Amino acid sequence: MNIEVSYDDLIPNNVGLSDDPKLKRALEKWHPGYIDWWKTAGPAGYLEDEVYLRTAVSVDPKGWAKFGYVQMPKYRWGVLLSPAVEGRTIPFGEHKGEPAWQEVPGEYRSLMRRLVVIQGDTEPASVEQQRALGATAPSLYDLRNLFQVNVEEGRHLWAMVYLLQKYFGRDGREEAAALLQRRSGDSDNPRMLGAFNERTPDWLSFFMFTFFTDRDGKMQLEALAQSGFDPLSRTCRFMLTEEAHHMFVGETGIGRTIQRTCEGMKEAGIEDANDINAVRNLGLMDLPTIQKKARLHYSLSLDLFGAEVSTNAANAFNAGIKGRFHENKIDDDHRLLNDTYPVLRLDDAGFKLTDTPALTALNARLRDDYSNDCAKGVGRWNKIIEKTGVAFELALPHPAFNRRIGEFAEIESAPDGTILSQQDWEARKDEWLPNADDMDYIHSLMKPEYGAGKYAGWIAPPKVGIDNKPGDFEYVRLDQS
Amino acid sequence: MNVPLRQHLIDPELCIRCGTCEESCSVGAVSHNDDNYVVDAEKCKYCMDCIAPCPTGSIDNWRVVNSAYSLEEQFSWDELPEQEDTVESESGSIEAIDDDALALLDAAHSAVGNRAKAPASADTPSVNLYTKDNPVIARVVGNFPITEDVVENDVRHIVLDFGSTAFPFLEGQTIGILPPGTDAKGKPHRMRLYSISSPRDGERPNHNNLALTVKREISKVDEEIHEGIASNYICNLERDDEVRVTGPYGSTFLMPNDPGANILMICTGTGSAPFRAFTERRRRAMANAEGRLMLIFGARRPAELPYFGPLKKIPPEFLDQELVFSRLDGQEKEYVQDRMRQRTDDIHALLEDKATHIFICGLKDMEAGVNEALTDICHQGGSDWVECRREMLESGRYHVETY
Ligand SMILES: Cc1cc2nc3c(=O)[nH]c(=O)nc-3n(C[C@H](O)[C@H](O)[C@H](O)COP(=O)(O)OP(=O)(O)OC[C@H]3O[C@@H](n4cnc5c(N)ncnc54)[C@H](O)[C@@H]3O)c2cc1C
Ligand SMILES: [Fe+2]
Ligand SMILES: [Fe+2]
Repeated sequence: MNIEVSYDDLIPNNVGLSDDPKLKRALEKWHPGYIDWWKTAGPAGYLEDEVYLRTAVSVDPKGWAKFGYVQMPKYRWGVLLSPAVEGRTIPFGEHKGEPAWQEVPGEYRSLMRRLVVIQGDTEPASVEQQRALGATAPSLYDLRNLFQVNVEEGRHLWAMVYLLQKYFGRDGREEAAALLQRRSGDSDNPRMLGAFNERTPDWLSFFMFTFFTDRDGKMQLEALAQSGFDPLSRTCRFMLTEEAHHMFVGETGIGRTIQRTCEGMKEAGIEDANDINAVRNLGLMDLPTIQKKARLHYSLSLDLFGAEVSTNAANAFNAGIKGRFHENKIDDDHRLLNDTYPVLRLDDAGFKLTDTPALTALNARLRDDYSNDCAKGVGRWNKIIEKTGVAFELALPHPAFNRRIGEFAEIESAPDGTILSQQDWEARKDEWLPNADDMDYIHSLMKPEYGAGKYAGWIAPPKVGIDNKPGDFEYVRLDQS
Repeated sequence: MNVPLRQHLIDPELCIRCGTCEESCSVGAVSHNDDNYVVDAEKCKYCMDCIAPCPTGSIDNWRVVNSAYSLEEQFSWDELPEQEDTVESESGSIEAIDDDALALLDAAHSAVGNRAKAPASADTPSVNLYTKDNPVIARVVGNFPITEDVVENDVRHIVLDFGSTAFPFLEGQTIGILPPGTDAKGKPHRMRLYSISSPRDGERPNHNNLALTVKREISKVDEEIHEGIASNYICNLERDDEVRVTGPYGSTFLMPNDPGANILMICTGTGSAPFRAFTERRRRAMANAEGRLMLIFGARRPAELPYFGPLKKIPPEFLDQELVFSRLDGQEKEYVQDRMRQRTDDIHALLEDKATHIFICGLKDMEAGVNEALTDICHQGGSDWVECRREMLESGRYHVETY
């Protein structure tokens, strides 16, 4: 196994592709369809422009972030796995302690294939959702970040397709082809998960998406990186390094928006953050609308974790396929046969933490880990607000708020967890979630700013450039012709 | 007094707590609590493994301190403390961490002393990724003579390959070579520095290699021949031999990245090594750069001038070059400073331009002559070299590396 990536091959890889003619043929056959997909469903326009992107030249820490200008259709997408860990054993479940699998065990084949296909489906989906954003980026810096996220989601698709084609035979090849056929939001052939069929219509949504929804991706990858199926584990470990960049784009995108809003309010002497009209008159993204968007994206993302109590999750854990967040840092027996986990459930008396067999509660647990991770990020946003002296605090809503899947799908609740009748919900939801006026206003701010070193009025410049570049660096060289 | 320490710190305002650094640290120096990610100064080996994977740039922060910030202090921070000015931090950029490399570079930069400053548009270099105690093993993939006269003046083009180990560097940096064996007192031989003569992507892109330009040092004292330890070791290397390499070093003598920058390069002998890197970088990455390249290169005779053949092929529109010889039969001795005077108008015009950077590299004894020539050139043009030099130094546009 090599940490060096072979760039002599058409498809950069560190999996010895040139010694595996069958896989090579399958991937090369899939490749043109992928490029086609990129050109028709990927970022609209921008096929010729030079974008300052990073590409991995090796999967060890020193070589994996090489920066340079590339035209996106010529990006070197490839198959990159983290280095193998010598003597790795299955870390959890009934096979705990056995050598990690290098091939898929027959009995788990369909379960595993399904996990890979679902993960794989989200990757191109988000690129499709973000297709139109290139028209309205608030700066070349942001435009470049969008495209970096897009090419990396494209590479994540490659990663999943590699697994499908290498380990799942004919079925795998068919699934790989289908990944290029489904389209986000398509009524006939949509993407598999609900949240991935919504459009990402504006940059505030994009930042929220990368903060909240990509973070779901991070949690899923963390759980799969623990897998006893070693190629899956190594694939996901490498993807996580890229995923961190997506979190960064989201967290700092919102952070910079908040920064600009608060500074603008202070400059104009606006004390009341809830005076939406005053703030909007300045052309800034008011904090209550940011709060609404955060509630929306958080609640949609919670739905991605599936039912809190799930035998599927129990089976995947037991089988050694999908572990917990930071499984290797948890101090227990990693089998969970006799353990319980407190799951927030609803009965006639209200919300209550209920001890539930730990195995079936794995989705709930992953979701809780996710919520903690989100809450810390929100805390950092609040620090920005606090530092400027504006009185306002962002908060995540109660897990039952605006849910369509799982324990709370059937009820409605206020952000603070007060249970509401359907009628009350309908009457009040516009106070808590972005309404048509809010969306119109956000939309009105979406004007491209493509001068080198310039930023749209509603967002602050970043504190440091990508790859330490100076402020007026031309992150995207727009085609002049 | 305590020796000041260059401490690695994470900026809590930029960090998004993704944990990538903790994952990539092989010595467990990075840890976190509910608030912050922190670096343990006692454990950090400056291997830089955490730098590239960090998505935010928060990881790339350094303070020169008399005593290290503790983990508790770092956990309590909302923002990074300012650099204390009680510490002698010089320009703030650290050329090397290995003591011997630092001493060698200090000596090489003595003409500009602690006022050396990297060009504003230079990229951020990696420094001292590999240390004396933890060198990287490179493999020799080429050793070619590049002077015609290999008896009197044997200079070699050595290509080192780093295999799958990352060795990122920038044009203008040097590496350390640890010669095997011990000296008369039984101590391991000291490290020697050599300028990298390849651009950042190496001799061939995606091959992870670099080249050196090394002169075989031999001196004769009273009929007795003394061979330089490291240079002879290097010049005798054969294909596939393994070499212990440290570095890269240097954070000021760096190529400006701005295609608009004019670069005036003045050198003798192996001082041409970094300029080969500069020129090749321009050719590969910014062939249509507006900034001008001018090279004034001295040797005794053409047969002793490294890369004489390839240089002659570079068109003057791309590189304005003056090759100067001090021992041509039947001709008067001419040195780089003499040729500079002949080009007074052109050089003065360059000096007037704020986009011009001067780099001087080669043997120590060239410094005085070049300095005098620049004084005269300025005088003729009605300006003052001392003032001009001060301004160039302050803006990172004047660089001297001589040995
Ligand atoms: C920043 C920097 C960059 C450099 N870049 C380059 C480069 O690109 N290329 C390059 O070739 N060099 C370069 N050097 C010089 C290089 O580092 C070495 O100093 C040089 O190669 C001589 O080292 P050595 O071990 O061969 O000689 P040493 O063993 O250190 O001996 C030094 C000199 O003394 C002589 N000598 C040895 N013993 C005796 C004795 N008993 N009596 C009299 N004389 C004796 C030797 O012949 C030799 O000339 C650079 C130096 C610095 C500081
Ligand atoms: Fe992804
Ligand atoms: Fe992502």
